[in-house]
Amino acid sequence: MGMTITEKIIAAHSRRKKVSPGEFVMAKVDLVLANDITAPLTIKEFYAAKAKKIFNRNKIVFVLDHYVPNKDINSAENCRLIREFAQKYRITNLFEGCNGGVEHALLPEKGLIKPGTLIIGADSHTCTYGALGAFATGVGSTDVAGVMLTGEIWLKVPETMRIIFYGKKRRWVYGKDLILKIIGDIGVDGAHYKTIDFSGETIENLSMPERFTICNMVIESGAKNGIIAADEITRTYLKKVCRRTPIYYKNDPDAHFCRVLEYDVSKIDPLVALPHSPQNVQSVYELNRIYVDQVVVGSCTNGWFEDLRIVAKILKGKKVNKNVRLLIFPATYQIYKKALSEGLIQIFIDAGAVVCPPTCGPCLGGHLGILAKGERAVSTTNRNFIGRMGHPESEVYLSNPAIAASSAVLGWIGPPEEIGLK
Amino acid sequence: MKIQGKVWKFGNDIDTDVIIPARYLSISDPKILAQHCMEPIRPHFSNFVKNGDIIVAGENFGCGSSREHAPLAIKGCGISVVIAKSFARIFFRNALNIGLWVFEMPELYNLVEEGDTIVIDLKKGFIEHCITKKRYPTPQYPAFLQQIINSGGLISYLLKNIGEK
Repeated sequence: MGMTITEKIIAAHSRRKKVSPGEFVMAKVDLVLANDITAPLTIKEFYAAKAKKIFNRNKIVFVLDHYVPNKDINSAENCRLIREFAQKYRITNLFEGCNGGVEHALLPEKGLIKPGTLIIGADSHTCTYGALGAFATGVGSTDVAGVMLTGEIWLKVPETMRIIFYGKKRRWVYGKDLILKIIGDIGVDGAHYKTIDFSGETIENLSMPERFTICNMVIESGAKNGIIAADEITRTYLKKVCRRTPIYYKNDPDAHFCRVLEYDVSKIDPLVALPHSPQNVQSVYELNRIYVDQVVVGSCTNGWFEDLRIVAKILKGKKVNKNVRLLIFPATYQIYKKALSEGLIQIFIDAGAVVCPPTCGPCLGGHLGILAKGERAVSTTNRNFIGRMGHPESEVYLSNPAIAASSAVLGWIGPPEEIGLK
Repeated sequence: MKIQGKVWKFGNDIDTDVIIPARYLSISDPKILAQHCMEPIRPHFSNFVKNGDIIVAGENFGCGSSREHAPLAIKGCGISVVIAKSFARIFFRNALNIGLWVFEMPELYNLVEEGDTIVIDLKKGFIEHCITKKRYPTPQYPAFLQQIINSGGLISYLLKNIGEK
């Protein structure tokens, strides 16, 4: 029997010709990542083990993106610990400030992700990089300490579930809606311990940012990783960011999929995930006026330049509802600069939005844009768990950037049609 | 090793934001994290927990973030074991890596009530429900994970193996 892309990448990194789902392997890691929340525990674990050497100073990446600019003394101390460690071990890839941004938008932008590689990150949304045909999965801090020591990680080979999208998307439907549809259908543990392999004509025509968004949220269905075979769109994207030669893998014709789902995307509406789970998905057209206090655009899910462009298109010449605080977080400083040079930031500010520095901040209720008791937000981020954006009695609704933008104008969650856009 | 403890029962999909909200993640001391464990759904949870107590939960326990602060907060409360119908995969790895025992046992959930006492004998490999006196074998970890556990955690296992190379 043939292998899936994920199986091929794991086999190639564990000195095996073939691997099968359920097997345990030790796999070589091409890149290991941690951020300002997870790296401090990694470093403490590293020191506690009296470890002295790191496996490769060029393959370790630290991104300070969650509590930055630092929100308190503890987070400042944590960032200092990371900087000192990076300096001591001469780690090449430490990103912060104007050289930084939200890790999962930043690493592809820096050309650090290439097809066929194996990437481990102490952040659950590391699975984003599957959009470039890489095997990428999230782990915790101790696992990363282990990789920093040896350059390897133990993995259980996952079963692969296949999702095929065909048809043309409706107006105001994006990659975000496709993944919300899947999570709504299979549930938050519907892909438990599995790989989700996305293919089909819709995917083949999808932009890189939309592909990133889809793979980003596979973790919300319990998946280990998501993967999209690299194609012309991937090649064009990679040409802009990196020069190295990637390895392109394809599923074998006789590869085994534990489950196959097919979707006609022309039947999918713009969707909203209601509190307190990404699986509580409903069509935006079915919602009764849900008034919001805050709208957030940004994060590793939907803070891409293309997302900001959608928001600007909707906000141009309009005003944010007086009862709403609209916060916009470009995912990286490159994206911020591009938005500035193309006039998007001006549109945002004229509409009454607050443009914030690239940070994960409000997505996880870390800092900037924390909700008070009883407040409600619609957000382009990836999770709406209880208390995710602040007070345990606040509520988060998830949507694509277009719905978020029109909701900011309306004052309630509604589609762009409601503000007169076709 | 024998563990005896009172059961604290939780439902399905207990996520890492519930186990430890992100506003506390700049802290790494398990004792301080413990004070906020389960805060969004059970404020002051750690005040009621005694050392050795056991969490019994439904499906997909620990879903969401990769934050190792989650199992650290649970361990910091004094909880010795989490028995769930199933675990989210990152939480499962993290728990074993920091030495928090986790067992997947779907059948136990409906048999125990909050406040019941459970005895777990890790050496003899059984879990006993003290009211009904029913005994169940502890689920076995795959051989590969057992090696990691027996080495005293992931890092010790890796250091030992590097040494042998």
